[in-house]
Amino acid sequence: MSEDRVDVRKTYKLLINGAFPRSESGRSYEVATAEGAFWANVAQGSRKDVRDAVVAARAAQAKWWSATAYNRGQVIYRLAEMAESRRTELGEHVAVAEGIDGGEAEAAVSRSIDRIVWYAGWTDKITQVLGGANPVAGPFFNFSLPTPSGVVGVLAPQDSSLEGFVDSVLGPICAGNTVVVVASERRPTPAILLGEMSATSDFPPGLLNIITGYTAELSPTLASHEDVDGIDLEGAGEDANDLASAAAGSIKRVLRPRTNEDPSSLRRLRAFVETSTVWHTIGQ
Amino acid sequence: MTEHDLANSQLGSLSYDPALESASIARLRASYGLFIDGSFTDASAHERFVTLNPANETTLATVAQASSADVDRAVAAARRAYDTVWSKTTGAQRAKYLFRIARLIQERARELAVVETLDNGKPIRESRDVDIPLAAAHFFYYAGWADKLDHAGFGADPQPLGVAGQIIPWNFPLLMAAWKLAPALAAGNTCVLKPAETTPLSALVLAEILQQAELPAGVVNIVTGDGSTGAALVDHPDVDKIAFTGSTEVGRLIQQRVASSAKRLTLELGGKGANIVFEDAPIDEMIEGIIDGIFFNQGHVCCAGSRLLVQESVADEVLRRLVRRVEQLRVGDPLDKNTDVGAINSAAQLERIKELTAFGESEGATRYTSSCVLPESGYWFAPTVFADVSQSHRIAREEIFGPVLSVLTFRTPEEAVAKANNTKYGLACGVWSEKGSRTLWVAERLRAGVIWANTYNRFDPTSPFGGVRESGFGREGGRHGLEAYLNV
Repeated sequence: MSEDRVDVRKTYKLLINGAFPRSESGRSYEVATAEGAFWANVAQGSRKDVRDAVVAARAAQAKWWSATAYNRGQVIYRLAEMAESRRTELGEHVAVAEGIDGGEAEAAVSRSIDRIVWYAGWTDKITQVLGGANPVAGPFFNFSLPTPSGVVGVLAPQDSSLEGFVDSVLGPICAGNTVVVVASERRPTPAILLGEMSATSDFPPGLLNIITGYTAELSPTLASHEDVDGIDLEGAGEDANDLASAAAGSIKRVLRPRTNEDPSSLRRLRAFVETSTVWHTIGQ
Repeated sequence: MTEHDLANSQLGSLSYDPALESASIARLRASYGLFIDGSFTDASAHERFVTLNPANETTLATVAQASSADVDRAVAAARRAYDTVWSKTTGAQRAKYLFRIARLIQERARELAVVETLDNGKPIRESRDVDIPLAAAHFFYYAGWADKLDHAGFGADPQPLGVAGQIIPWNFPLLMAAWKLAPALAAGNTCVLKPAETTPLSALVLAEILQQAELPAGVVNIVTGDGSTGAALVDHPDVDKIAFTGSTEVGRLIQQRVASSAKRLTLELGGKGANIVFEDAPIDEMIEGIIDGIFFNQGHVCCAGSRLLVQESVADEVLRRLVRRVEQLRVGDPLDKNTDVGAINSAAQLERIKELTAFGESEGATRYTSSCVLPESGYWFAPTVFADVSQSHRIAREEIFGPVLSVLTFRTPEEAVAKANNTKYGLACGVWSEKGSRTLWVAERLRAGVIWANTYNRFDPTSPFGGVRESGFGREGGRHGLEAYLNV
């Protein structure tokens, strides 16, 4: 009798506050391959899960920002190291999720990991690039520093399951924000894998929280949540206008989807950054 | 002499003879039209409204009420000017127009100061020494950027957005016009500016200055009117950008209204600034700073230091000296060069201040109000300090936008930071201490766009200004201010 190995399959869960819970609702939904075959049952996050994630993100934000920029860079770089060692697995998931061949998927994984490295190098540069000293007409030392908006909600791109996800979450994280992201609804597993890697990359609990589920169900909670400071509507689809309007309730910073983004653009780094200006008297 | 005797002596009240600036220097006309496509024009429906001198309720002039059809004309003029003229100028050409405007404002500074004081009610000392010089400085500063945009940190050849709709408040009428127009024009946009309903005049004098500068027709259009004029501008489909300064309440509505469009938006909204005083702060400078922080411009300042957080160990002394200093403030004719506190800008604003201060008393705070004699006509509110305020009081949470200070206390730096951040706003804060390391520690933790250390209410064209959280987003001033008007 042949002994074909029965593989051990994984339960795909949420990432909230450094833990991997099933949805508090107990729900899950079926995710299919690009060809339409069954691929996985994925936790179907609820609005309560979103709110729990926001609480975790808020609690983590001050600590993440008070870490040194050098330290934050190393934490993000560590994620690239973890991803590099699981390239094959990431590639399989990207290929299945996006319906592309292995070579293309591998290239997408490479670009994603390189993007993480790019962001790792930014943490200790943005202060100088986006800030500076201001020559005011008076006896004051005056300087402006980029500071994080706080807690950022992200609706990850629906198509680009890994590369787009990396860009949309690491921009705000790199600038000192904590993130609650709703992963691609139909293509969530590459994001879930990256979330697992973040947990072994010195990401403090609450820095990156990943909710899987139905974007249209979860996004209004994120857009209208009073303790969310900004929202990236990349994956919002046709709900983007309504969500932008809901975000106005607490004057959130809103990043609208834009086509043909130049990859070297700093738009995602700037989107959730505030400019804090300090005047200090000069005297004897 | 006891404190009480001092406050009530001749020395304490320091009476000065009046030193009046002449109202005729304003050269006001009886009526003003809309400034569209380079010339003054009547409103299409021929509607007009009156702008008052809030210090005595007399009529200064009548002003055209722009309808949505007028806004449409103004936007069309701005679009035409953008397409045919302004987008084809070089940065160096734009720079020279802006330098001209700066110089013309300086040349007509005395006239503008009087216009501003008549229309707004602010002391002539402030319009003369702050509003008008800073407005000129803003144009001068952004003039220099117009041909250097490649070096502003937004990549090579950053492009303008197109037509900018700009809505400004009544507290610093000309200065807010300068904050809006100067960076927009430097970046290559054309503008439709909507001044506040109660303070349209200095913007209309600015329109004359734009004519004298020979700025091409349609590059700047000025439409006066009420909220409906602003709404027409916000909703106009051919406007690419809205910049608004005003209340958080209106800012929220604007953000909702532009949510379904591709318009860019920057908002500079309300605040409830905390002025944090540590026990080691230099007391004389600090008392003057607290006074300036809340009574400058009658407290009609979005970044006003309206919450004073004093370390418990010095709270009694600070409060005693504050109350004495408040008693010495000269309240009265805004045209008097000795006046410290002028008129409240409008009857509506006075009503709001009275309503909120009544809550201060009914919620249990202790009220100290200056015994100054208020003029019989006009809108006036005596400088007021509330002690024994707790964080849940409405006067500690809501923006009063008037000469009213709420005093709270704290024991540790952590508590000061927690209390300062306990608000939905995040515009400005002050920190008073001789210990630099502590000042920077506090500054790092404050959620505010501007932090003044051992000073308050300082503004400069090179220094980015703007809020976090519900105080809005986007910056005005400095290199950062260009971002609001560039497609980056």
